[in-house]
Amino acid sequence: MPESRRFAARSERDLRREVLIEPLPELGLVALDGPNDPEPSLVLDGDRVVELDGRREEDWDVLDHFIARNGIDPAAVREAAALSDAEIARRLVDVDVPRGELVRLSRGLSPARLARVVALLDPVELMFALKKLRARRAPANQAHVTNLKENPALLAADAAEAAARGFAELETTVGVSRYAPLNALAVLVGAQTGRAGVMTQCAVEERLNLRLAIQGLVTYAETLSVYGTEAVFVDGDDTPWSKAFLASAYASRGVKVRFTSGGGSEALMGESEGKSLLYLEARCLAVVRAAGSQGVQNGSISCVALALALPGGTREVLAENVLAAWLDLEVASGNDAIASHSEIRKTAKLMGQFLPGTDFVTSGYSSMPRHDNMFGGGNYDSQDYDEWLTIQRDWQVDAGIEPLAEEEAVAVRERAAKAVQAVFEELGFPPVTDEEVRVAATCLDSRDLPDRDRAADVVAGDRMLAEGISGLDVARILARRGFPDVAEAVFGMQRQRVAADYLQTAAVIAPDGTVSSAVNAPNDYRGPGTGYRLEGDRWERLRRLPYAVDARLLAAGAPSEPVLRELGEARALGEPDDLVVAVGPAFGGALCETINGLPHADVLAAIVEGVAAGGATPRVVRVRRSADVAFIGHDGACLSGSRIAVALQSKGTALIHRADLEPLDNLELFGMAPLLTLDSYRQIGLNAAGYALGRPVAPVPTMLDNYARAKLIVRTTLLHAREAAAVVRGAPAVEVELAARVEEVSDTKSV
Amino acid sequence: MGYPFGRDGDVRTPSGRRLADLRLDDDSLTREELPATPETLRLQAEVAESAGRTPLARNLRRAAELATVPEDVVLEIYTALRPRRSTADELEAWARRLDEAGAPQSAAFVREAAAVYAARGLLA
Repeated sequence: MPESRRFAARSERDLRREVLIEPLPELGLVALDGPNDPEPSLVLDGDRVVELDGRREEDWDVLDHFIARNGIDPAAVREAAALSDAEIARRLVDVDVPRGELVRLSRGLSPARLARVVALLDPVELMFALKKLRARRAPANQAHVTNLKENPALLAADAAEAAARGFAELETTVGVSRYAPLNALAVLVGAQTGRAGVMTQCAVEERLNLRLAIQGLVTYAETLSVYGTEAVFVDGDDTPWSKAFLASAYASRGVKVRFTSGGGSEALMGESEGKSLLYLEARCLAVVRAAGSQGVQNGSISCVALALALPGGTREVLAENVLAAWLDLEVASGNDAIASHSEIRKTAKLMGQFLPGTDFVTSGYSSMPRHDNMFGGGNYDSQDYDEWLTIQRDWQVDAGIEPLAEEEAVAVRERAAKAVQAVFEELGFPPVTDEEVRVAATCLDSRDLPDRDRAADVVAGDRMLAEGISGLDVARILARRGFPDVAEAVFGMQRQRVAADYLQTAAVIAPDGTVSSAVNAPNDYRGPGTGYRLEGDRWERLRRLPYAVDARLLAAGAPSEPVLRELGEARALGEPDDLVVAVGPAFGGALCETINGLPHADVLAAIVEGVAAGGATPRVVRVRRSADVAFIGHDGACLSGSRIAVALQSKGTALIHRADLEPLDNLELFGMAPLLTLDSYRQIGLNAAGYALGRPVAPVPTMLDNYARAKLIVRTTLLHAREAAAVVRGAPAVEVELAARVEEVSDTKSV
Repeated sequence: MGYPFGRDGDVRTPSGRRLADLRLDDDSLTREELPATPETLRLQAEVAESAGRTPLARNLRRAAELATVPEDVVLEIYTALRPRRSTADELEAWARRLDEAGAPQSAAFVREAAAVYAARGLLA
């Protein structure tokens, strides 16, 4: 077979580093509607569940028992039994069926039925259902904050910038567990420097995590993983009861808890029982709700690349998020682990959560370059901020990240690093040097930072635990050391624990300390014009990007002396070597350079010189009645003794015209003004002279830059607007000559 | 007291101080003053219940019970609930201890687990 170079080129693309497979149901590698998924059933004896998804009580596994005992509402079972799957699916996307009614109904559905109903929705319906079912009124986002050197100044700086960018929660972790207290401390101080009220967590082993919470160094946890089969659950050394008990233990110490689940983990661990990803996730979510968790992070999470290897994988992942929201859980919707090598595919997947908005659009946006992400994450990282912000602006959608000017970012980073430096000094910890502070404020990643004495740092971490150094102690130090606002913010997080308001579903904390959750700020979407919309001050804030420019300042050009002197109304001449160079209404006046910055005087001189070199006699006229290059050219040709004209718009677009052609036709068109050089313009003049004198002419080769439009369309529009504004309707063309610089420019050119 | 409790600051610390009266420059304030009380957790459970979130309410009621149980004991019970860690008698002993500590709902939860563990071979 002959090889196609196009196929070869495609095989080199990023996408092709991934393995896509056909479903393999016996290994649980099927996204949804798996052939081995059970027929839904939910049978009551009185108010007691006696059959769940085809299994009688004596055959139940530990998940079935837990769901049947803790997660089913008999009244809702009776209500749901009277409804078809299609009817329930329809209600999910019926704008007139309130969220509360759907949540109540969900308590009467078995896992298999939940999965089956949600699988009836197509991608757009899933997104709509997610928008409607989200627990909290406004979406938010969560960031990861880590670095490979576990440098406290950099952790604080990154936490501060992430908080200032609007993330509602920040998650850190450790490479070495003895760092946990220091990392939790650095992220707490950094977060409260960036924005008061941002919640923080340190993902470590349960005992240590609980201790950090008791000391007031963290406020939430999402390390409680659940799995959809008993074998994997038990392999993970837990049961639904142990996990639920742990959740209560966390809550008893004032920790907001979110469970973790996600399709694909069971297949990855080899114990899927041949069931589909979505069905097993429905079981997980039923357990999560039954355990009394306020929320979950799901949507395949760390197995997302496995889900995306399967047909329908992206749809399945979105369906997982919808199921969680339907079950009234706060949803942190993944998008943290790398979903694809392909930027196109990765972002196509993201839109499923980004556009509807979830409680946390990502389970961890890497607030630093991927290099420093210790979660194995970094699907989107700090390098992608501008894209994320621009896509929010494009769709007018709030996906939880705010723009931040460079000077604000550097300032808040430096202040956070200084705050942590002060705390370290007061506690007698290994010093954070001024150099570390300086670099942390401006560096790309931890490779820019000097190495610390890691042995001494972990000893400091041990002291945090041994001496019980608490958030309150840290606040007092900050107050003493000249960080009164940060001190109050850290203290504010301690006060939050007393009220425990953030234990309610989908809670986040505003800078003034007010908790917003599904209790006092529930999603009230009921159709167009209702619910959370990105508008008003928030829209103003999200759309004003530091790198957006003021259109009025674009294309102003440098002020200059008029380039052309007007000599009076242009006449039609008869001499066969007369060749008109027709310029646009604003040429050399309101505008004085082309789109790529060539001065009009130089451009005109180059054309004139080309015409003369070709043996014709150039005559410059200004067409005033039209800004269109075709009409400028045709009007010029009609005045030209040779019947040939060069047309030149002020932005630099040129063509060669002939009087007997239709106005919109031409001999040669040079539409790629950004690519034209003075030599090109000289060649255009030369060719025009060739046409005028009847010589054979080789057209100037076409040049192409397909990005020119994307890059320059705004500038083109603005330049053309000025040309159009200079049009005088019905005015005859006028003859013009180059003012002062003509001779000088021509001389330079001919050297 | 309306949710969020932090808004008007009437919610109390373990020693009975009002949240609104807590000041960073008050040297008598200690870390022990800063967790939620069992009473506050029970009130949060009521908030969850009236929002229709029964399992969350049950979780918060267990949390209210566990708030006064020492951290090490709580973690020991968690470990005991892990698969094949405990015999039926050991779980029953934990349940009794929770009952004695005034934590009947947590005790019932442990007993519920013990029954299922027996059926599923998850006892030691």
